[in-house]
Amino acid sequence: MEEVKLTSLVRSSGCNAKLPPGDLHKALDDLPSAESENLIEGFESSDDALVYSLGDGRVLIETVDFFPPMVDDPFLFGQIAAANAISDIYAMGGRPSLAMSLMCFPSCLDISVMRRIMEGAIAKAAEAGVVIAGGHTLSDREPKFGLAVTGFADECDVWSNKGARAGDAVILTKKLGTGLLMTAHKAGESDAAEAIEQMRTLNRKAAENAAGLSVHAATDVTGFSLMGHSFEVAKASGVTISIDFSSLRFLPGAEDAARFGFVPEGRYTNEDYLADKVSIADVFSITQRDMLFSPETSGGLLLFMPPEDADEYLKNSGFAFRIGEVIERGKAPVTVC
Amino acid sequence: MKELDTSGFSCPEPVIMTKKALKESPEGLTVIVDNRASKENVTRYATALGYKVKTEEGSGNWHLMISK
Repeated sequence: MEEVKLTSLVRSSGCNAKLPPGDLHKALDDLPSAESENLIEGFESSDDALVYSLGDGRVLIETVDFFPPMVDDPFLFGQIAAANAISDIYAMGGRPSLAMSLMCFPSCLDISVMRRIMEGAIAKAAEAGVVIAGGHTLSDREPKFGLAVTGFADECDVWSNKGARAGDAVILTKKLGTGLLMTAHKAGESDAAEAIEQMRTLNRKAAENAAGLSVHAATDVTGFSLMGHSFEVAKASGVTISIDFSSLRFLPGAEDAARFGFVPEGRYTNEDYLADKVSIADVFSITQRDMLFSPETSGGLLLFMPPEDADEYLKNSGFAFRIGEVIERGKAPVTVC
Repeated sequence: MKELDTSGFSCPEPVIMTKKALKESPEGLTVIVDNRASKENVTRYATALGYKVKTEEGSGNWHLMISK
């Protein structure tokens, strides 16, 4: 089989390829909203997925996510894209069940590459108990792949981004730094092995470990960075999220990647959009700001829980860590100190 | 001073190009960048290596004067 470097075909990759949040709001704000009495979460709430009541106490949760490759291996790319797309269902407290694939594929690539991407996605979906049951394929200059995923939950168990309360602990279930490390990787400066392993890890355990505990709000951390996704929760919940920088955990090499300028473009558009929404203490360096605003791909769940539930959760979840707390709304929706 | 034009390239390409160019001209060079991410990232790279960076804004681009 002809060797193919998937990342050499794309301009931006992973969740870094998201449109800047400012542009997205300009395009979508105040569009006529879809009216349906069964629709519980729709366009307006900037949540991770739509939530639709099935009328029997259960809800259907629907999400779609696709992006250009951040790794050269097609099987790994399929795994990462699937883990990333399915994550939105976990971030809503749902059980993912069904998916359809979205594939953009260049004619210059051997068709066996498409098969390997699908094999990776099917393997990862199976790990999540998800069946990929169809899809759609386009010819395109740049490869892109992802899934539209359907999940289910009991209506009372759905997590949204609007329930965070003052006093809640803030928990993150994966380390940060995937966007920085994959930019360094694209430049041949890092093998990014740990970042790749983390990106293809499902958020299944992170979600399931919260069963029986009180989760007031949840989301996952992807292209809009820890700062952007924290802001979405702070805005929807009417609170301030206070992040303790020293409690954040970064993948090894992420800080050096930032210091040497392997910083994804999305970091700059994220900060532009969030400039008046996030307050970062002056003591933090440009490198530390890079680490806060850089897009993540297939990042962890951000959970907001009462402190005693957070303690219980952390006891059983060695991969997760507490990164801050929720306080009454102050001047800025997100603060870092 | 030697000049490197990275116009039309997006990150991390301009940083890789600067890295190669600085190996050939370790005393410094001028790097032309045409987008903000490249301006910031090339500046970070050169600064991390201990170079000084002076920035001049052109029309639709920036000239980064990198020197010891």
